[in-house]
Amino acid sequence: MTKTERDQKGRINVLLVDDEEGYVNVLSKRLSRRNICVTPFLKASDAIQALRKKDFDVAIVDLKMEDMDGLEALKIFKRLYPPMEVIMLTGHGSQKAATEGLSLGAYDYLTKPCDLDELLAKVKDAYLKKSSSD
Amino acid sequence: MNVDPDKNRYYYRSLTRNIVILMITISIIPFILIGGVTLYYYSRSLKANVMAYLEVIVTEHKVHINTFLDEKLANIQTMADTFTAKQLLDDSFLRKKLNILRERYEDFVDLGIVDSSGYQRAYAGPFRLEDARYSDADWFKRAMGENYFVSDVFLGLRGLPHFIIALKKKDPQGNIWIIRSTIDIERFTSLVENITIGKTGHAFILNRNGEFQTKPRFEKGGRFSLADFYPKEGTEKAGVSIVERKQDFGNKVVYAISALKNGEWILICQQDSSDAFSSLYHVRQLVISIAFISFLSVLVVSFFLARAMVGRMKMTDEERIKMGEQVIEAGKLASIGELAAGIAHEVNNPVAIMVEEAGWIGDLLEEEEFQDIDNLKEFQRALAQIKAQGIRCKQITHKLLSFARKTHSQLTDLQLNELIEDVVGLSERTARYSNVKIETELDRNIPLITASPSEIQQVLLNLINNAIDAVGKDGGTIKLSTHMDNGNAVIDVSDSGCGIPEAHLQRIFDPFFTTKPVGKGTGLGLSICYGIIEKIGGTITVKSAPGKGTSFIVRFPIHPLEKKA
Repeated sequence: MTKTERDQKGRINVLLVDDEEGYVNVLSKRLSRRNICVTPFLKASDAIQALRKKDFDVAIVDLKMEDMDGLEALKIFKRLYPPMEVIMLTGHGSQKAATEGLSLGAYDYLTKPCDLDELLAKVKDAYLKKSSSD
Repeated sequence: MNVDPDKNRYYYRSLTRNIVILMITISIIPFILIGGVTLYYYSRSLKANVMAYLEVIVTEHKVHINTFLDEKLANIQTMADTFTAKQLLDDSFLRKKLNILRERYEDFVDLGIVDSSGYQRAYAGPFRLEDARYSDADWFKRAMGENYFVSDVFLGLRGLPHFIIALKKKDPQGNIWIIRSTIDIERFTSLVENITIGKTGHAFILNRNGEFQTKPRFEKGGRFSLADFYPKEGTEKAGVSIVERKQDFGNKVVYAISALKNGEWILICQQDSSDAFSSLYHVRQLVISIAFISFLSVLVVSFFLARAMVGRMKMTDEERIKMGEQVIEAGKLASIGELAAGIAHEVNNPVAIMVEEAGWIGDLLEEEEFQDIDNLKEFQRALAQIKAQGIRCKQITHKLLSFARKTHSQLTDLQLNELIEDVVGLSERTARYSNVKIETELDRNIPLITASPSEIQQVLLNLINNAIDAVGKDGGTIKLSTHMDNGNAVIDVSDSGCGIPEAHLQRIFDPFFTTKPVGKGTGLGLSICYGIIEKIGGTITVKSAPGKGTSFIVRFPIHPLEKKA
């Protein structure tokens, strides 16, 4: 944690929430390697606690989690810290949930399994958008 | 769900028969009751009328005949009272008297005076009967016993049928004379023979021995059983009795019988029943023919009505079965959809992790320490392969998911092109087995249509599967294209298969029509498609050239959408 805080300047702070531990682990490793500061959470509630203490640039949220629905998490995130952009991940390709997410203020959505480069591009775009609106 | 067609046919046939029987029974029974009762009372009153008429005629003639006999007797009586025996014994006087009588009544043939020993002492008449002896004659004995006697018809001494009126006369000397007169049989019988009723009615007189006293007009009929005809002893004055008897030939005859001459003779008036009751028979015949005709018409009408009703029922039954099949198909599809959604979901996460882990290995391989290991290229190739297969898995699960999403049968806005791509994706495997290539040519400007995704999916799957069957093992192509036409969205599913013979084209949308072997096809596929497309206001048509291929053209109406997001 201290390391990520130290590296905060110039790097994108990403909040990653997914209840699939294996996925969270490998994704945070790969994103970190690409110079992105990733804070992973397995539970949406933990992520909300973290967001209260610290601001993030971009959040990557799975739409379907055990403890909380991704859309619910999105609503709370947007209320706690409106400038943060949210990218949704969906495992079931549900167009309906995705479009609903977009109408709730999400930046974009991707379907699992997604190409890392595509995800990276979306994260960077979202960060740029956030920075410009700041 | 498969109903034995023989059993079915038997069911509908017996239903038709029962309806026909019921309708006939209901309509015929009141008719028969009314007709029967009316006919019965009509025939009773008519018979009573006919018999009353016969009775009147017989009574009248009985009076005539009795009067005739009485008159003749009275003539002789007057003569006996007026003249003495001595005067009468004079032949010329007697001849004069006979002539006077004959002037008034031609019935008298001759006159004779017989003494108590039976010897005819005087005679006037056309025969040479002077000195005839009558002592043994029946009439002589009877006349000697009683005061007068009218004999039966008999041949007598002269050999001609005649009857005799004999009268006993006592002269002042106490001698007994019998005055006898022969009555002309022709004159007498004409009285009876002139009775005619209808075509067959006639009359005759019988004596107690059953011998005809007058000539019957028709010499037919068997011997009469006189016991039946004769009025019982002592009841001879009772008037007329009427009986109906069956003759040897089987025809019925009505007899009206009355006693004459104190019961020694009977007057019989007979008429064939068919003649006497001809108007009754006529009415009866009319009623029977009306009954028969109405029975026939009721039979015909009820038969056709029942046939139409049962036909309608059969149609509704078939529709119901078809609907049932459709519901079951939709249900099956929905549960398959749920299963597919579950699997796709569960598979997606592990696949995502695998792909990411492979990506991570790739990331690590980029570090310098790995750059010069021997199999770097092999590692990279393997990782690329894992990534590619992961993407393939994703595609499969996404197809499954989109299939599952569309298994709900509620109406939604549908992008036809997407749906077609999904269905083609699902069918490609089957098509590859049959060496069939599926091509698509989709017009990107097709607007959304309103329909149930699962149902349209079912229609397309049916059409594609049929097309694959039509193309067969030899291979070929199936082409799906979309375009706009007259404001309708049109899907064209064409194959290069065997085509459909013209005879079958008319019937391919009929339920249960199939050319597949028994047990292979339900014959419902196209009829379900037809039902689905009709329901949303579209049309489905077919064009086929045997040997060249078939195309099904499905048109969807485009509704000006109310909820355009």
